[in-house]
Amino acid sequence: MAKDELAKEFKYIGTRPDRPDGFDKVTGRAKYGADVAAVGMLHGAVLRSPYAHARIKSINFEKAAKLDGVKAIVTRDDFPVGIDGDTLKLLENTIAGEFAYYDGHAIAAVAATSVHIAKEAINEIEVEYEVLPHVIDVDEAIKPEAPVVRENAGDFSVPEGSSPNVASYIEFGTGDINSGFDKADLVKSGRFKTEAAHQGYIEPHACMAQLDHDGQGEMWVCTQGHWYIRQMCASVLGLEASKLCVTPSEIGGGFGGKTTIFIEPLALALSKKSGGRPVKIVMSRAEVLRATGPTASASMDVKIGITKDGYLTSGLVEFRMQGGAFGGSPVSEALQCAFASYNMPAVHHIGYDILANRPRAAAYRAPGSPMAAFAVESLIDEICTDLNLDPIDVRLKNAVKEGDKSSYGPKFKKIGLIETLEATKDHPNYSISLGDNQGRGVAAGYWMNHGGETSVSVSLAEDGSVNVTVGTPDIGGSRASIALMTAETYGIPYNSVRVNIAETGALGFNEPTHGSRATLASGKAVYEAANQTISEMCKRVAKKWQIDPDAVFWDNGYAKPAGPNAGDFSPISIKQIASEMDQTGGPIAGHHEASIRGVGHSFGVHIADVEVDPETGRITVLRYLVAQDAGRAIHPSYVEGQFQGGAVQGIGWALNEEYVYGTDGCLQNAAFLDYRIPVASDLPNIDTVIVEVPNPDHPFGVRGVGETGIAPPLPALANAVAAATNVRLRSLPMSPAKVLKAIKTGSDGC
Amino acid sequence: MTKIHVKTNINGDKVEFLADPRETLLDCLRDHIGLTGSKEGCGTGDCGACSCIFDGDLVSSCLVLGVEAEGKSIETIEGMAGEKELHPLQKKFIEMAALQCGFCTPGILIAAKALLDRNNDPTESEVRYWLAGNLCRCTGYDKIIKAVMETARDIRETA
Repeated sequence: MAKDELAKEFKYIGTRPDRPDGFDKVTGRAKYGADVAAVGMLHGAVLRSPYAHARIKSINFEKAAKLDGVKAIVTRDDFPVGIDGDTLKLLENTIAGEFAYYDGHAIAAVAATSVHIAKEAINEIEVEYEVLPHVIDVDEAIKPEAPVVRENAGDFSVPEGSSPNVASYIEFGTGDINSGFDKADLVKSGRFKTEAAHQGYIEPHACMAQLDHDGQGEMWVCTQGHWYIRQMCASVLGLEASKLCVTPSEIGGGFGGKTTIFIEPLALALSKKSGGRPVKIVMSRAEVLRATGPTASASMDVKIGITKDGYLTSGLVEFRMQGGAFGGSPVSEALQCAFASYNMPAVHHIGYDILANRPRAAAYRAPGSPMAAFAVESLIDEICTDLNLDPIDVRLKNAVKEGDKSSYGPKFKKIGLIETLEATKDHPNYSISLGDNQGRGVAAGYWMNHGGETSVSVSLAEDGSVNVTVGTPDIGGSRASIALMTAETYGIPYNSVRVNIAETGALGFNEPTHGSRATLASGKAVYEAANQTISEMCKRVAKKWQIDPDAVFWDNGYAKPAGPNAGDFSPISIKQIASEMDQTGGPIAGHHEASIRGVGHSFGVHIADVEVDPETGRITVLRYLVAQDAGRAIHPSYVEGQFQGGAVQGIGWALNEEYVYGTDGCLQNAAFLDYRIPVASDLPNIDTVIVEVPNPDHPFGVRGVGETGIAPPLPALANAVAAATNVRLRSLPMSPAKVLKAIKTGSDGC
Repeated sequence: MTKIHVKTNINGDKVEFLADPRETLLDCLRDHIGLTGSKEGCGTGDCGACSCIFDGDLVSSCLVLGVEAEGKSIETIEGMAGEKELHPLQKKFIEMAALQCGFCTPGILIAAKALLDRNNDPTESEVRYWLAGNLCRCTGYDKIIKAVMETARDIRETA
C-alpha cells in the first residue's frame, strides 16, 4: 500500500464492532488454562523453598512416594545435565539444583490422582537445607561485601572491583555532558527508588501436559507465547521442539509475565515419569506471587541541566536494578527510555543488572520504562517547579520529533509526542481548578515497541468468508483488530472473518503477544497474506475472462476489469470466486512469514489530579487523563482499554503495590489481600484521548499501544502529590504511612 | 477421605455429586459438574472471580464448601443468559468492550447482576464499591463501571 493511502477513509478500521470472542467470554464458555481435563489425568503440586537462600543437602521422597495415589515425583535429577548459559538459568529457575535461590524456588514436584494427595505428598518430602546468607535490597546487593547470590554470575561487561552480585554493566551516551551542565542555569539531581511490582494477572499459571518416552508430547497452557513455551521446554528437557505440540488456552492476563516457563517443564517431566499420563498443574496465588514475575526493583540517580527558559542541556542517569537471582532486570530498556522523549545535546547512561535472592524478574508491560519515567519525569517536574515553568510547555520545547536522533541511537521516523502534549494541554482536565490539599501532576512516557518473528495464514472458505490463523494469543481484543484489518483488506464484512489462534504445529515460529506487537505484527502479516489470496483470485478471474491478470483489480470484495481496455465484464464477488474454487485450481490460501520491522515508536502523556488527606496520608485520585499516540486505532474501544488498563497498573505501582520481605528474606505479602492491586472503588474514570499520527511503516498506520501507558502514572502521581503537599516523594509506593511521614518530616521516602 | 453425596440445584437443574469434604464449592462446580465458567484467581476470597449466587446471596464460591450446597440453589455464569439471548449485562459488556482478557468477567457479571437485581438505579460510587471485591487487572474498571451504569439505565427505561 502506498504511504499516501494512510490518510484515506476506512470502511471498517476505526469502528467498534463486538469482539468475535465476546459470547464465549461473557458466558463462561471460554477455556482458560485450568479449564480442561483429560482421561487419566493426574494433578501436580510443587514443593517450594521456605528459605531465601539455602544449599539443598538432600531430598528424601520415600515416604511421599508410598502414599496411595502418588504416581511420580521429580527433582532436578530428572532433568538433563550438561546444560549451560541462558538455558541453565531457565532450568535452575524451573527447579533448583544445588541451591535454592529465593523463597518459593521450586525444589520438587509430585503427580498424584488428586490435588489433595499431591499436596499431601509435597508435605511428606523431606529436604535438608543449609541456610545461607541472603540479600534482598538492590542497594545492599551492590555493596562489595554483600552476601553472594550466585558465584561467578558477572559477565565480561562488569567493571573490576564491583560487587559479585553485579551480573552486567551498561554504559552509553552522546555529547559532552559536562559542557551541557556548564551551560545550564539550573542543575538538579536526585535519587529515586521503586519496589518490585507483580504483573498481577488474575489467572494463575496453569497447564496440562503429556509426554511419552518417545519424546512426543503435547501441552495446553495459558501463555502469551506458545512457541516460546515449546522452545524453552524443549531446551530444558532435551526434547526435539517439533515433537512438542503446544496449544494456547484463552489467557487470563499476562502483561509480560506469561512469556516464560515455570511449571510447564515440571508437568512434562511428571507426565513422562508416570508413563505418559496427562498431568495438570495449577498455581495458587501465593505461588504466583512468590515464584513468578515480578518486575525489578530499582535504585536510580538522575542529574539534569536546564536553561532558565526551559531547554534541557544535559542528562545523566545511573540505574541499579535488581532482577532476582538470575539477573535479567530490564535495566537496558530503562536506560533507553530514560531520555527518549527529549532532544538533548548531551546524555549519558550507566546501568547495573544486579542479583538478589528474589524470584527471577519477568517482563512487565514496558519493562524498565516506568522506573525510568519515575526518576526522570519526577526530576523534570522538580525543575519546572523551581523555575516556575509550565510542565507541558517545557516538554513541548524539548520534545523529540521526526528526524531527531533518539537519546539511545535510532533516528525517529514520524512520531506523535508533540501532538500528544498538545492534546493534553488543550484538554479540560488541565484547567479544572483544584481545592485545598489537591494537586496536579503531568508526566510523559515512552516505549520503543516491537515487531518480531511472525507467521500467519489466511484461507478462503467455500462461501467466501475468510479464516485467519495467527500465533499471537488474544489477551485484550486482538481477534477483533485483526478481523477489522482483514475485512478492510478484502472489502468484506467484519462478521465474515474468523480469527483463530493456532497451536505450534500450524504455523511457523511466532513470538508471543508481547512488546505491543499482536495487532501491529500479526496485522501487517495478515495484510500481506490476504493480498496473496487477492492476487490469486484476480488471476483466476483473469483466466475466466481470458485477459491478462494485471488487467484485473480488486475492489471492495469484487474482482473487476481494470478499465475499458481490459474488456466489458461484470465484477465477480469473492463469494462466487470461492464457490468455484474447486473448478478453478483448488483451495485459495495465503501465508506470510517475517521478522516484522517498522514498529512506530509510542509516546504518551498523562495528567493526574489527587487529593492528599493530611491526617492519614491517604491519596485519592480525583481524575486521570491518558493521551497517547496510537498511530491508528483499529478498534478504538480496545485502544482506550489498553490506555486505561496500563494507567491503572501504573497507579497501583505508584500508590499500593510492593513486594514486602521479612528479615528472613521471605515474601510477607503473597496474597491479593496484602499485595493490593487497585480495586474499582479506588479509582475515578480514566479519561482518554487517542492521538493518531499514523506509523508510515504499517499498512494501516498502527503503532503498538499496549505498553506506554504504564510508565507515566508513577511520576504523574508523585508530581501531583508534590503539588498537593509541597513534599517530594522519591520512593514508591506512596503508601499512606510514607506520605504521612513525608508531610510531617519532609522525608522523601528513600 | 470419604466422599459425601450432595444433592443441589444449579441454574435450575437438579444436580448430584460426590464431594471430598475438603473441596470448595468452586472445586465442585469446576471439577465435578464441569461448570468451569467460575474462575479461581486467588482461593482466598480476595479476587471475586468465583462469584456465584448461593441461595440468593452473592458469595465467593472458593470460601464455601462443596458439601454446604446440599439442598441449596446456586446460580453461576453458565445460567445467566436466557435461552434466546444474553442477559442485558452480558450484551452491554461485549458492546462496550468492558472486558479484555475475560478471566474476571464471569465473576464481575454475576456480582453486577446481584447489584442490579437489588437496585436498578445505583450511583457510580455504589457500583464501584459493590464491585470492589472483584479484581480486574486489564481494564482499569472504567468500561466495566460504565457498562453496569448503562445497563441499569436500560433496565429502568424498559421497566
